[in-house]
Amino acid sequence: MNLCVNGQSRDYPTSLNVEQLLATLELNRDQVVVELNREILVADKYVDIQLKDGDTLEIIQFVGGG
Amino acid sequence: MQIFINESSSEIENGTRLFELRGKLKPAADLLLVNGHPVSDDLSLKDGDRVVLIVRGKVPTEKELEALLNVRHTSAVHEKIKNSCIGIAGAGGLGSNVVVALARIGIGELIVADFDLVEPSNLNRQHYFIDQIGMPKVLALQETVKRISPQVNFTAIYEKITPANLNKYFSGVDILVEAFDEAEQKTLLISHFLREFPQIAIVAASGMAGFAPANMISTRKVAKNLYLCGDGVTAARPGQGLMAPRVGVAACHQANAVLRLLLGEEP
Repeated sequence: MNLCVNGQSRDYPTSLNVEQLLATLELNRDQVVVELNREILVADKYVDIQLKDGDTLEIIQFVGGG
Repeated sequence: MQIFINESSSEIENGTRLFELRGKLKPAADLLLVNGHPVSDDLSLKDGDRVVLIVRGKVPTEKELEALLNVRHTSAVHEKIKNSCIGIAGAGGLGSNVVVALARIGIGELIVADFDLVEPSNLNRQHYFIDQIGMPKVLALQETVKRISPQVNFTAIYEKITPANLNKYFSGVDILVEAFDEAEQKTLLISHFLREFPQIAIVAASGMAGFAPANMISTRKVAKNLYLCGDGVTAARPGQGLMAPRVGVAACHQANAVLRLLLGEEP
């Protein structure tokens, strides 16, 4: 499965849901905003959303402080 | 001919000179602005000129303050600023400084939400004063904004913002500013708001702790209707605390992004 993540093309041997992709990328699911094919996702749905070949994701990481 | 005197349209005789006008209307005026610029020499006024007559040291009325902003911004720009409503979620180091910058340019309506009280440890970067310690931050800010720009319509929401009450307070804003402290709160707010209101832009911030170079802080578009200010990496942690200069830089990046969006420019 090929995904475009933050502008970079990446190949994954197995199918993944959003939660699994974030784990693979070693990202804290509670500290990112995920946009899938130009649509923002809510964190509760990460497990339910199965990624498909050709999907485009923007994963925006946030750090604390303000 | 027609000119504007303190932003009111007035008919004056052709060839009237600036000092002559001052003599008639406000002889004590010692600061004269013509089309936004201070003028010290007498000059012949032209049709369409905008003249503001000010007595230094005298507190101007709200109408006069508005007139000053209008002249400085030019009418087309000022109208957009004045007729806008901006939501600010969080009134800490980012939020308090964003609010002050937006109040100074005369944003029409500010809706500011925060559930915290002013504490001594806030004073190193947040726009509060010693005599405001113990006050709800939103009420302290309301007081400060009144002292800067009394014409700003300020709504203080002394409540924790959650996905459940987000719509109630911020559904009518033109732009939302995310000014929370914790990364988890930032992402929760942003993802819920952008799903509920995909047509409203959010200006968020991430990465402004410590004293790394200010030039690392930037404003960029990271998703549809989501703009991010900060360096993206410097988290607040022991040994890398939040300090006024970089937090202020990030906050002013946010305020400027808001202004540019209001004026139809990409931040």
